[in-house]
Amino acid sequence: METLLESFNYWVYVVLMMIGLFAMITKNNMVKKLIGMSIFQTAIILFFVSLSVPGSIEQGVTIPIVDHSTHHDSHSETTGDLHAHEEPPKDEPHKSPEYIYANPLPHVLMLTAIVVGVATLGVALAIAQVVFKNYGSLEENEILKRISKIDG
Amino acid sequence: MVEQLPAIIVLLPLFTAMLVLLLGMWRHSFALPITVIGIGLTLFATVKQLMEVILADGHKITYYLGGWDNPIPVGIHLAVDPINAIVLIVIALVGFITTVYSLARVPEETPGKIAQFYCLFLLLICGLLGMTISADAFNVFVLLEVSSLTSYALIAMGNSKRAGVASFNYVIMGTIGASFYLLGVGYLLARTGSLNMADIQNIISSQDLYNSPAIHVAFIFIVLGLMIKMAFFPLHGWLPNAYSYSPSSSSCILAPLVTKVSIYVTIRMILTVFGPIYVFENLGWSNIMVWLAVVSIVAGSILALSQTELKRMFCYLIVAEVGYMVGGIWIANHWGMVGAIYHIASDALMTLCLFLAASLIWRQTRSHKISSLSELTKKMPFTMAGFVVAALAMIGVPPTCGFFSKWFLIRGGIESGHWEYVVALLFSSLVNAILFFRVIEICFFGKKPAEGHGHHEADHSNQSTWNEAPPAALFALLSTASLLILLGVFNDPIVQLIKKSLIDLPIIGIG
Repeated sequence: METLLESFNYWVYVVLMMIGLFAMITKNNMVKKLIGMSIFQTAIILFFVSLSVPGSIEQGVTIPIVDHSTHHDSHSETTGDLHAHEEPPKDEPHKSPEYIYANPLPHVLMLTAIVVGVATLGVALAIAQVVFKNYGSLEENEILKRISKIDG
Repeated sequence: MVEQLPAIIVLLPLFTAMLVLLLGMWRHSFALPITVIGIGLTLFATVKQLMEVILADGHKITYYLGGWDNPIPVGIHLAVDPINAIVLIVIALVGFITTVYSLARVPEETPGKIAQFYCLFLLLICGLLGMTISADAFNVFVLLEVSSLTSYALIAMGNSKRAGVASFNYVIMGTIGASFYLLGVGYLLARTGSLNMADIQNIISSQDLYNSPAIHVAFIFIVLGLMIKMAFFPLHGWLPNAYSYSPSSSSCILAPLVTKVSIYVTIRMILTVFGPIYVFENLGWSNIMVWLAVVSIVAGSILALSQTELKRMFCYLIVAEVGYMVGGIWIANHWGMVGAIYHIASDALMTLCLFLAASLIWRQTRSHKISSLSELTKKMPFTMAGFVVAALAMIGVPPTCGFFSKWFLIRGGIESGHWEYVVALLFSSLVNAILFFRVIEICFFGKKPAEGHGHHEADHSNQSTWNEAPPAALFALLSTASLLILLGVFNDPIVQLIKKSLIDLPIIGIG
């Protein structure tokens, strides 16, 4: 139970991915397939965003902004060391003595992946529209029936 | 200027695509010349880049986008080595030849959408060039999606009603493939904290992550995702429909390039990211993968044999050819890898030649059926000459490039003792010989009277009238055919170049 809670979001990612894959492969309706595709892509986004938290979630992390008022040596942000550790502010009730940043890199990557996902969905919906115009249906077995009727 | 070439190669088609859309929507007649100029300049830039690589004595040229050349790799890098440069030239060359072919065909096939077609066409080339040149694992994903999205749209532009359905299936399969690749990159990022290819390999070897489960999972996801993209045998389902129902100008660019670039990315992942020691020694997948390649070659050949339509037959031959290259990679020795890389170039040109010929034959006869090609040599002698050269190259007759790539692959197979792979290659050559001689026989001598149907005779009452393809398209076909022979005759400098960049690598380097 403890391990389940600790890596809770990773379990959610696996379950979501399976739901998405299941829908993409087994569903008969094209739009349902696309919904599955969306879920699948969202699961990957959840995975990446979870990666940005170093250590367990229980510990908690903060946004990656270097506080220049308490921390004068701004060198650490330019070296690209994204897991930079800093001294904790005095009133912060953290169990761990260190004050941990979330890694911003996966977030940035996922901004791109979201855009890619939206574009894919857009193209796929446009193609589904073309299919509907040609065959008057979005159900795959119905379309296959009509294709074989035309060919035969 | 010369040191900016890697960026120029990717950006040139991108900006030309935007220009084509803007000016082409305004005046349709602007779209064609701009595309020709853009692709021509890109081809020139790739050739110049290869010369730069040769001048650098085969060393890797790294380009730091935005000047982010910190010791810790944080920015996106582009890297060009000899292998890379060859693939870049092949992409630009196939793009250029297809553009020349499409000058006559696009206004016929997609009337009123010329600017849109060329915009997608150029974006596809931009994505493929970017995938080849990028040294950043995530950047490869983005460019993979650029090329995939444009290819979905290019396929769906087909006049056939079934183009939409074929494209939709490709969207589903392609998205699964790209998402698997992205997941693999995620696991790599989680374990190594880097996205730069060379940096990842440094971290894997210096921290001894060879037995890390995260790296294993990353490798499995990346290879599986790319296998879907390259249409490796059990995952090839999307390919035949997608390529045979798309407009001919689309299939002429998609069929030669998309699968080959995915194979190149796999090679790059093995050589640059995971490293040959991890892939070939620690993982120990060689035997299984070579057997899968054998199954792919045999299945692709047999499926091709059972087709009655020309284009579909070629689609299944692509599946078999993918097996050649995957097998060549996984037999894990010098000649196998050289053969696989050389075959990327030669197979791209062979497939281009076959698809150009098939598209021209369809344009003149309006029929896909092999049985309706009777006595075509009298009607379209030049087209058939190009087709025969491509057929000989596919079979592997000596002066053409097909012979040399098979020779290298078979040599690799013998040296590593993978006899099943050698047998599969020979079997596939035999099947190709049967397939193409069957087609050539019908084209030269017509059908036997017993096979002929009455209504066919009525259709082709003017049997031997001159009915040749438009000159631009014919020029494209014949120049591809002559390239097949040139690539074969001048195989030595190319092979030396590939060998030079492989020589330092462990396992594969021993010549």
